[in-house]
This record gives sequence, C-alpha cells and structure tokens, in this order.
Amino acid sequence: MNNDVNSRVQGEAAQNPLRRLGTGHRVDTSESITFTFDGKTYTGCAGDTLASALLANGVRRVGRSFKLHRPRGLLSAGREEPNALVQLEGEGFGEPNARATLVPLYKGLKARGQNAWPSVERDMLGVLGLFQRLFPASFYYKSLMWPSWHFYEGLVRRLAGLGKVPRAADAQQYHKRNLHCEVLIVGGGAAGLAAALAAGAGGLRVVLMDDQEELGGSLLGENRVIGGSSSTAWIAQAVAKLRAQEGVTLLPRTSVIGYYEHNFLVGVERVCNHLGPGADLQQPRERLWRVRAKQVVLATGAIERPLVFADNDRPGIMLASAVQTYLNRYGVAAGRRVVLVTNNDSVYRVALDLHDLGVTVVAVVDSRRDPVGPYQQAVRDRQIPLLTGRMVRQVRGRRQVRAVRLAAHLGGGQLGESRESLACDVVAMSGGWTPSIHLYSQAGGSLDFNEHSACFVPASCAQAVRVAGAANGEFQLQGCLAEGYRSGAAAARAAGAGANVEPSAPSCDDWPQTPLEPYWYTGNAATEKQWLDFQYDVKVSDIELARRENFISVEHVKRYTTNGMSVDQGKTSNVNALAVMAALSGRKIPAVGTTRFRPPYHPATIGTFVGRDLGESYAPRLELPAHSWHLAQGAWMEDMGWQRPQCYLRAGEDFEAAVRREAVAVRRSVGMFDGSPLGKIEVKGPDAARFLNRIYINNAVSLKVNAGRYGLMCNENGVVIDDGVFVRLADDHFMVHTTSGGATRIHRWLEEWLQCEWLDLQVLVNNVTTQWANVTVSGPNARQVLQALDSDIDFDAAAFPHMQFRSGTVNGVEARILRASFTGEASYEISVPARYGLALWEAVYAAGETFDITPYGVESLMVLRTEKGYLHVGADTDGTTNPLDLGWGVPIGKKQDDFIGRRSLARANDTRKDRLQFVGIEAVDPRLPLPVGGHVVSCASPAVPAPTQGYLTSACLSPALEKSIGLGLVSRGRERLGEQVYIYADGNTTAAKIVSPTHFDAKGERLNG
Amino acid sequence: MMQIECPWCGRRDEEEFTCGGEAHIQRPPDPQQNSDAEWAAYLFDRINPKGVHLERWCHTYGCRQWFNVARHTVNHNILAVYRMGAAVPADSVGVAVDEVSA
Amino acid sequence: MEKYSLLQLAKHALSGHRHWPQAWRSPAPKASYDVVIIGGGGHGLATAYYLANQHGITNVAVLEKGWLGGGNTGRNTTVVRSNYFYPQSTLFFDHSLKLYEKLALELNYNVMLSQGGILTLGHSRHDMEMLERWSNSLQLQGVDAQMLTTEQIGARTPLLDTSPAARYPIWGGFIQHRGGVARHDAVAWGYARAADAKGVDIIQNCEVKGIRTSAKQVQGVETNCGYIRADKVAIAVAGHTSVLGAMAGLKLPIVSQPLQAMVSEPVKPCLDGVVLSGAVHTYVSQSDRGEILIGGGADRYMSYGQRGNLPIVEETLAATLHLFPHLSRLKLMRQWAGIVDISPDRSPVIGKTPIAGLYLSSGWGTGGFKAIPAGGETLAYTIAHDRCHELIEPFGLHRFVTGALIDEGAAAGVAH
Repeated sequence: MNNDVNSRVQGEAAQNPLRRLGTGHRVDTSESITFTFDGKTYTGCAGDTLASALLANGVRRVGRSFKLHRPRGLLSAGREEPNALVQLEGEGFGEPNARATLVPLYKGLKARGQNAWPSVERDMLGVLGLFQRLFPASFYYKSLMWPSWHFYEGLVRRLAGLGKVPRAADAQQYHKRNLHCEVLIVGGGAAGLAAALAAGAGGLRVVLMDDQEELGGSLLGENRVIGGSSSTAWIAQAVAKLRAQEGVTLLPRTSVIGYYEHNFLVGVERVCNHLGPGADLQQPRERLWRVRAKQVVLATGAIERPLVFADNDRPGIMLASAVQTYLNRYGVAAGRRVVLVTNNDSVYRVALDLHDLGVTVVAVVDSRRDPVGPYQQAVRDRQIPLLTGRMVRQVRGRRQVRAVRLAAHLGGGQLGESRESLACDVVAMSGGWTPSIHLYSQAGGSLDFNEHSACFVPASCAQAVRVAGAANGEFQLQGCLAEGYRSGAAAARAAGAGANVEPSAPSCDDWPQTPLEPYWYTGNAATEKQWLDFQYDVKVSDIELARRENFISVEHVKRYTTNGMSVDQGKTSNVNALAVMAALSGRKIPAVGTTRFRPPYHPATIGTFVGRDLGESYAPRLELPAHSWHLAQGAWMEDMGWQRPQCYLRAGEDFEAAVRREAVAVRRSVGMFDGSPLGKIEVKGPDAARFLNRIYINNAVSLKVNAGRYGLMCNENGVVIDDGVFVRLADDHFMVHTTSGGATRIHRWLEEWLQCEWLDLQVLVNNVTTQWANVTVSGPNARQVLQALDSDIDFDAAAFPHMQFRSGTVNGVEARILRASFTGEASYEISVPARYGLALWEAVYAAGETFDITPYGVESLMVLRTEKGYLHVGADTDGTTNPLDLGWGVPIGKKQDDFIGRRSLARANDTRKDRLQFVGIEAVDPRLPLPVGGHVVSCASPAVPAPTQGYLTSACLSPALEKSIGLGLVSRGRERLGEQVYIYADGNTTAAKIVSPTHFDAKGERLNG
Repeated sequence: MMQIECPWCGRRDEEEFTCGGEAHIQRPPDPQQNSDAEWAAYLFDRINPKGVHLERWCHTYGCRQWFNVARHTVNHNILAVYRMGAAVPADSVGVAVDEVSA
Repeated sequence: MEKYSLLQLAKHALSGHRHWPQAWRSPAPKASYDVVIIGGGGHGLATAYYLANQHGITNVAVLEKGWLGGGNTGRNTTVVRSNYFYPQSTLFFDHSLKLYEKLALELNYNVMLSQGGILTLGHSRHDMEMLERWSNSLQLQGVDAQMLTTEQIGARTPLLDTSPAARYPIWGGFIQHRGGVARHDAVAWGYARAADAKGVDIIQNCEVKGIRTSAKQVQGVETNCGYIRADKVAIAVAGHTSVLGAMAGLKLPIVSQPLQAMVSEPVKPCLDGVVLSGAVHTYVSQSDRGEILIGGGADRYMSYGQRGNLPIVEETLAATLHLFPHLSRLKLMRQWAGIVDISPDRSPVIGKTPIAGLYLSSGWGTGGFKAIPAGGETLAYTIAHDRCHELIEPFGLHRFVTGALIDEGAAAGVAH
C-alpha cells in the first residue's frame, strides 16, 4: 500500500469536500438548498436527492448496518439502496427508514442517521463488529436460552430495529383512486416510454406509471445517442409527445407495488412527498391507485448486482450504475479517484463518462481474462488503464475505501497471487444485472434462468402481461426500445385498438457486448468478510454455515441467514446468495430455485393503504332520525351499530341515576323510546307464510291477519340466531321484526334461502329498516298518550289488545302500530316513514306532557326487560344456545312442520340434561349488584380449577323490585330454581339464588293495560 | 383482486360480492328421516377441492342476487358463471386437480 | 445431538464455525415405517418428536412435500396464548403454553418465547361484558387473566390511541400475561433437530400422491419417492387436509381459506406483547427484529393460492391505524398468506378417523401455531396407543355428529 497516495487522497478530500461538477442533466446548481443531516447543515441544489446532496458534500458514511453496526456508505442511487436509511423529519412528518436515494431534496430537510448512537459517524455500537464471530447466522437459536430468552430479550430488542416510530399522529393525509384502462405500462425508461408511444397511438386509455421523480428511467443517468440526438433530448421529445396524446396519462412518482389476479395492480403515487413538511396539507401526501388494466406492459428495468469480495461493504464501494447516475444526472462525482471493477461490459461506459468529465479513473478492473470489444477499445483509446483477469482481493480503509489490492482471477472466483494496489476513494462495481421481475412473479408468471446474462427472466404468465426491456433480460438500448414499441403496440391491439402502424425503434449507439462471466464470490478469501445482504449483515460465511447445517432449501437459507429479509427485500442480494448456494451445493442456480416474490415490490406507507378510512371516517356513524333531539336532551350516546341514547342525563345526574329515573318513570306513568333501529323486513308473496314457517321455530301459518307473534330463528345447527315479533299484515304479507343489530344479517339469511334453496317459493323480501322511524310508547299511561295523538286508529284496550297490529294515520302521517312490549308494560310501537321520525317524536313528547312522559334509553330498557326476564339474543344467548335451552321444547313439540335447525335439536348433545339453560338470578343481599360476566359456582371460595356452571348474562339493581337481579345461562338451570349459588367475578363471589327469569309481573297483567 | 361477472349486473370487483361456499348442496327433503351422521354430512362436510370449485356467490353490494360460479381455487380463474337452478356448464367440470399450477 | 449453548457458540467461533454438525440428516425414505406422518410443519414434526421421545417409537418418517416449516408454521403471526373460553379449549391450549414455556430447554433450541402478554381490547359495553365473562372463565380454570381499565392500558401500551374521542374508543380490556409470541422457524427446526436426533427420518421434497387403504385399514402412502408402507399414517397438512383426506376417501368438515399477515419495516421497540381487537379486527405485535407484525381476518372465500387480496390488507391496516395512529408513516414491507383449514366451529379436528390407523391433525384454522406442542404430544399419544388422548377427546370428528361443537368465536366473540 502506497501511504503517500493514501494520504494525498485524504488530503484532497479534506481540502475540498465538494464534488459537484456542475454538469448534471437534471439538477439546477443555481438554486441552492440547505438541509441538515445528523445535526450538520449542508447545501445541495434543486433536483438533488438527499443521497446525491450528501455525496456532493463528501459525506461518506450515511448509515449503520442492522446487526454489526458497520459504517456504510451509499451503494446505489435508487430503490435498491440497503444502506442509506435515514430518519426523516419529526413529529407528524416523521418517517423512519427513508431511503436517502429516493428523498428529493427540499428546503430545510432534516434527516438523521439511524440505528447509531450518538451518530452514524461515531456509533458506539460499532464495537459489535469486533465480536462478529460470535454472531453468525441465527446464533440466537443456539444460545440465549438459559435461564430463558426473556432474560436477554430486552437488550436484543433495543439493539435491533432501525428508525423510530413518529411520536405524533400523521400530519398529512392519503387518498385512493380507482382506475380502469386498456393498457397500463409500468416503468418510464426507454422501454416503457417506447411502449407508451406505440400503445398511445391507438387512441386507447393508456397509463404509464413510473416510480422516479421524472420519466426517463436509467437513461436519466446515462449519456446515450438515440436517433441521432442525445438520450436526454429523446426523453424530452417522447414525454412531450405522450403529454399531447389524447388518452395517455403519465403518472411519474408512482411505484407499482402489487400485481394481483385478473390484472389488478396497485400503485402508490408520492403526490407531495418531494415538498416535505412545506407541502400544502390539503393535498394528499400519497395516493393509492387501484388499477384494473386490460393489458399490462412491465418495463421495470433491472438492478445492478454488487460483486462479492472481501470487505465489499466499505463506504465508497458502490454500484457502477449509481456512480454513473450521480455523475450524469446530479453532476456529482462520487469520488476523485475511481476504480471500476466488473465482470461485464456495462461499467465501461461509466469509465468513459467519468473520464470525460475529468474524474480520475484509476483503472478498469475486469475479472474476465481477455475481453475484447469496442468497450475495451474505447477505454484503451482514452489511456485508461485496463486490468483484465483480476479481481479485488483486499480493501484498505475501515471507515472508507482508500485503496484496493488486486489479485489475478484464475476463474470461478478463485484468486491467485496479489498484484497491484490501487489508491482510490471510490470503487464502482458491477456483477451483472438482475431484471426486476417481481411484479411479473406476483402476477403468477414463471421464470427462466438466462445463462448468458446469469439472471432470471420472465418465461410465461397466464395474465395479460408483456415484459419489455431490461426487465425481460434485454440489456442493449436498441433492443429495449424495440421491445418497448413491440409490446406497446401488441398490448394496444390486444386491448382492442385498430391496426395502428408499429413505429420502428430509432437507432442507438449500441456496441456489441462481450458476454458476462459470472463472478459470484471469492472462493479462496475469508468468506466472513464477503457481504451479500448489506442491510442485515449476511455474509458468504453465513450461507456456508446454513449449508453445513443442512439448510438447503432456498427458503430455509433465507430464513436461517435472514438474507433478503431486510428492508430492501433482497433487491441486491438475492441472486448473489442463490449463486453462492448453488456453488456450495454443486447445483445450477435454477435448481436452487427462487423465493416467492410478494407484494409490496417496494415498501409502501401504511397510511396509503388506509387512505381516508381513518378517525371518524373509519366507519360511518348511523344516526337516528331524532338524533338532534336526543342530543339536545342530554342523551348519553353509545355506538351500537347505530348511535343510540343509553339514557338522558339531567343536570346533576349520573348515568346510574338517570337509568333508574327513566325505568321508574316507565313503570309509574309512561316513557318513550327511539326504536327506529329495530329490524324491519317485509316478506310478501303467495308463499310468504309457508316460507316463514320454515324460518321460524314457531308456527307462522296459523297467524291471523293484524296479529303479531314472538318468534325465534335458528341456523341449521339449531343455534338461536335472532328473535323478534313477526306480524301478518295480510294473507300474503308479513313484517318480520329482527333485533336491531340483526336486520342486515337476517335479510341476507332470508334471501339466501329463497334464492338458493327454495327457488319454487313465490316470495319477495325487502329490508325496510331505515325507511321507518319508530317511537315506542310504554307504560301504564301509554294508551292515553296514543289517544291524545290525532289518529284514525281506535286505541281502546279491547279494540287494540296486546300483540295486535294496526295501520292508519297519526297526525296525518301514514303509520304502522304494533302493540308489543319489551318492558313488560303496555307498549305501542309507532312506525312512520323515516322522514317524519323527528316530527313524530316531538308530537308524542308533546302529547305525553300531561303524563310527564319520560324519554328512556337503551340502558333503561335493559333494566326493564331484565326485570321482566325478556331474552336479549346475543347477550343472554351465546353461539351454542338452542331453543330448548330457552325453554321452548313444548311449543316446538306442537309444531308439525320442519324448520331450519329442527333436525339438529334431536342430536344427543342438543338434548343433554346438563346444558346451560336460561334462568333468573337474584342476589341474596338486594343491595349487592350482580356482575355481568360473572360465573356460577357452588361455593363462596372456589378452589381453582373450579368447574363453571354457567354465567350471568344480564343484571341490574331493579328499581321496581328493590332487588339485585339478573339473567343467566346455568347448567340444569330450570330444575334448580330456588338453589343458592355464588357468582364469581375477579376473585370475589356474591351469594345468589336461581329463580325464574320473570322477576316482575309474572302474570303479565300490566302488558294488557 | 378478482373480477366476477354478475349474471345481472356484469363484471364487478370482488369487493362487491360475498362467497357462500360450496354450491349444489341440497337440503334433505325430510331431515327427520336422516340419521345423525347423514345430517352432519349435509351440515358440515365439504369437498374443498384444490382445483375447480362450484360455489355460490352473492352480489351483496349490487343486485343482491345469488348465482353460481365455477372457480379454480389455486389461480382463481373463473371458468363459468351460471344462474341458480341452471345446470353446471359442461366446460367447467372435469378439470383435474393436477392441472393446477401454483 | 450437539449441545447448543453460548459457550459452544464461542468455541465454534474460534474455528470460524466450520465444524457445526448438520441440524438434521437428509435420509432416503425406507420401504416401510411404523408411523408415517404427512406434513413437515410444526404439528407433524412435534408429533414425530413426541412419538420418539415419549413412546419410544422411532421408526417414523415425516414426509414433507416442500421444505420443513414451509406451510403455515412459517407463515403465521406466531401468537401463543391459552385464553380460550370453553374448558375443553383452555385445558388443551394451556397445556400447550406450558410446554412452550419449557420448550427451548427441552429441545435445546431457542424458540424465543416472548411472553409480553396478549391484550384483548373491548370497544363497547357489550364487549366489556363478554371480556368479563371470558376472563372470569379463565380465572376459574386457573389460567392467568386480568381485566384492565383504559388508563391501565394507556400506561402499559402508550402507542395505543386510548382517547375517548376515537371512533371505537377503548373501554378496557383483558390481558393474559403469559401470552405472547415465539419464533416460528425455531419451533419447526427445534422439533426437527430433536426428532432427527432420536432417529426419525425427515424426508423433504417428498409429496404424498395417494393413501392406500384396505378394508378400512391404512396400508401406506404413495409418494413421488415411491410407495412407503406403514400401518399408521397421520395427516398434519393444515390447508391441504381435504386434499389428503380425499386420497383416503374421506370428505371432511374443513374449508381452506387464505389468511394474510404482513410486516412493516423494522423500527426500534415501541410495542410490548400482542394487542388484539375483535371489534376493530386486527392483531398487532412487534418482532424481536423490530418489525410490526399485523394480522387480520381470513379472506372470505376458499383458496389454495397462498396469496391474499388487497381489500383485506386495506381493511386490516385501517383497523391497525385506528388503534395505532402513529404507525401511519411506517412502511409495509411484506405481505403474505397461508392456507388455513377452517372447521365449522373453528376448533381443531384431531384424533382418529373412520379408517383404522389413519389419524388427523387439522382444523387448526388461524390458530395452529400455539397448539403445536400439545397437538404433537396428544396426537403422538393417540397414535402410540390407538386411543384418543383425553385432552383431544372433545376435538374429534364425532362432535359433528353429536352436535357437541366447541364454538369459541361464537361464545366469546373473538378471533383465534
């Protein structure tokens, strides 16, 4: 190692860290932008990414690796970046693990290094690297188990992880859009633009999505000639033409991340990410595009592979394509003295570009013994040293590369004697190219291994998809353009465009290439220093260890070594790791296989998948017609599917007091209840009665017109699924009332039976729940209140008895009134068209004023119905309760006909004697409330494990009885009436008695009042 | 995400539909005559094929009509859509399980 | 079997880890075995291990059509817990959890059991009553369960939005402190290594193409590696249960559906244990690597496709952000699906079948991982004695005939 050279390079860097050449195609050096990284302020320019700006400022160490905290520099210039992950901004704009290569620079940008303390530059945990040997792949499975993993877990967790979760809610919003098009083109590089030009000419809806800040793809980083002009000019022309083309939509900044069945693709558009916190907060930060395309063209390009040699992870060792992109696109020289290392021709143009812009190209190092072609000639013509048949043996410089020592490459990754040492500050490497076939694979496409280019390429796919360009293994520009035009035109034709003229691809400055010669890793160098996955610190030695321990399957190796499981999902490491596995096991690469590619292709913000379905918009609030009235009267609202008053708080009252007052008022005089959510399903047709007779466990045929009957419904397994009163409005017309939460479910249930099983029945069903508002008037004075309304209905007790139905008008509005009760008091359920709901409510309230009518809420209703022992399906039943458990054996026995679930009730288990049966429970001490959810046990202090005998499903302190009562499901309950038991809850027990569920008015006299 | 051709409304996204499981399960005409085992078979046993499945779907967030679908359970290709009560289209049966490519 | 320990790791470090032995062999299948287990997932491997370890039956083959632990074992969200409602379930799953608690030392393989607790949230008055019913049931069965107030939840898990203004505010919850997660691969590999050491042949890339029976007695299995004779055959193939069952002429009460899971990019520790919400349907934990691991409901149709669809991802992530709004700017890194075998009551279907010598371990649905140790142990007992282990007696096929379903979801309104 030449120390003089070494110190000179360092000295230059120290004197003039700026590497901006001022020649970038895509940056505007006249507009400077200040930003901070790890607390230091720097200046970049418009058009930069955070990565290019850091590079221009000579910042070499931009991250720390996940496991060993090794210092890392930029590897790439794109989305494959494994090293430059930063914590961007803070609070509501904070983002962990942002790729510096993808963050467009904006004024005031703040970024910090991650997984490092106190900074990326001086990370104390870098010391872990010294103990590297203690942490081979999956070391944790072999250790840290005594005394228990728990003992170590806290420390390990703190060491793991990358960035930090923001400490505030997201300050920005996300949108979604659905999009239908004839042709979707993914990727806006040479092939994608060509495809769009061809497809767009057909006049169809053509959409092009590209994930970069601007269209052009990898061409943006190159200096090529297309059709006689510069590639930059060609891009500009193509984009201008597409913009002008009717039907074509260009969506830059949009990453397609998922390809699902039936040609459904998902793209994420970064709408104003490039503006940072300065963005208009009315604009979405990102937008999720849900695309259904008739035809798809994937022009997703390729990603360069790193070469695998000892210490190939040192800062300053970069992908050659990245060095070229920083140079041409951003006008940034990655270093002053660049060594290019390759096994293929693609780096030669990088060498030429560097040389032509005045950057010292120390040498081009080619692992191939004697490549001869125009590329080599061009390099030689410029007097750039070309060292063939060589590879890097050793890297000098711990914190950044200072020199590389070469060795002769004997073939197959075996190195010979050491040769020259080259002082340098950047190594630009290329191990070949990996087509981005992730989306193709997600679409169900199969892959072939192309030996010529040593990469997987698309083979066949059942979906309507074509692949063009580098993604298809075509690495010559001319070929990319030609494939692009061809695929675009073919996709348009397949999507229904007329026979449009297929434009021919313009000619390019392609040179014939000498074949790549795989160089997968260095066989005779320390494999524990050869990095494959830079993010998770996976080395060749880890693959060797996996192989040694008989982890052979590609999935096993991935999981055992964690190769490719990091944030870059193996974009730069998967194929190299596969090749190492193949080499170790003497198999060919395709025989090793690949892991499945899964969405998202590139990590995508969680908020984007959620869009606007957040906060209040997470689920709509269903409001009652009289919602405003309830609120004005102090309603305590809870979400029960509908927003429903639980009770109405008066000044100075708490919840319990209000419930008690309301319950007392209903029993004493009269109350009114908003029953609008009550499920209402109309069943109509000549076979309506026959149909319901099969649905209900009750007899529906015998029901008289204008009469109602309480019924239970079961599923085929005999479990009670709903209850309610059904009413016969006419011979062929019924109204089925369901539980408030059950309307939609039961409606679908009825439809399914009618449409799928009993196609012969002539019945129509319609869920009219939301079309009718309902006010239920209940209490000893209910009839008087009804009579005070203006109605053509006779409310006299004899003319309109319990469980009868009448229709007519109330205050001039069409009304349906059912006398049915869930309180145990005489009750009238008045339904009017929903738009009159509030008016009816106010009218009833006014009519009841003389009786001190009291609005009561759901919780008060629960007290009243618990007193009365009325079942609440879903609370007093569980997913096993059958009608026999509820005491319906006798009525069922009387019914001749079959009904849904009847057969199940005859099974051994359904008739077991020790089943949980519906009973009442009464506390021995009337002042002690019974805990809902408490379990029935036989002694005051049960020894665990204690068998449960059932549980309390409802309870209240009954105002009417001055008792503490409840309902429950208790084993053999009905034969145990009078027995004393204990209710267990959270370590305490309460003495109680099993009683009949009907705690109040057992004779039912009040119902008929 | 699949697209399904509702026989009444046309092609719509999967999100508008709900799947009701295996089609052509006939409810026994007189369940009381069935043994417990026969009843259990009707209630619970399912073909659950890896291959073409005849199943019923409902256009729940559309016309609310049920219809039958012949769908491949590996690649989700839809081979046929047919109305309730209609016979199984001939070209959607007999696709062997082995023809599946994952 | 070479002992794994920190000391051993250090020793091997000195020789550059060049001398570690194979974790398991790759034997060629023999012509016959005493027991053939179809499926090299957690359940199949555990069954083989317990057959060898507890019953001395070592002439056992585990046939895996792909790679060990490559099915649902390697695709699930790794939750372990025993907070079930019905005593039959609690007994079984708590036994499983107890086995998990000593599994790392038993197998000499760190399965990274992390008992950070599993917190089940309630979002309404009704939810809280159900959680009370549930936690009291557990307490009576001697399983740890504690009700928590919203304030206690906020103090324990500050990342949760405990504001009363939330669309579905958190009313409270209950926690099983012993619940948590374990490392899925380690469970499969640990059992595989221990079973192999006892002489069990684990044969990968061996797909069963047929099950030979004669007079309702199993004879052996046809595979792509040839015919293998065995008087006892167990099917432990999760989502493919119906396919294997059909080979033996069985039509089973199982449907196969995709269950998706997803992880974010890794972040520093921000969430302890597992948080689950039945009403806002999602469950969330953070892996030791720092990834936020998210699961939701199964896709709502049958599939063997091992991939989920987008709407479920959208729904599940919306639910996740509802509970944890600060995760909005994290990035989703990977999404995948397993094929789960769902029974009518969502409880396992395990034990004997109408065919003598054919055993079933299935119906694990969305919750098979937590059952691996107990499922393996009880099935091994059942195979060894040809008599159902008492812990799995209630979970046999016969329950569908008698009607004695064990419907946990319906009882407590929870997801598995």
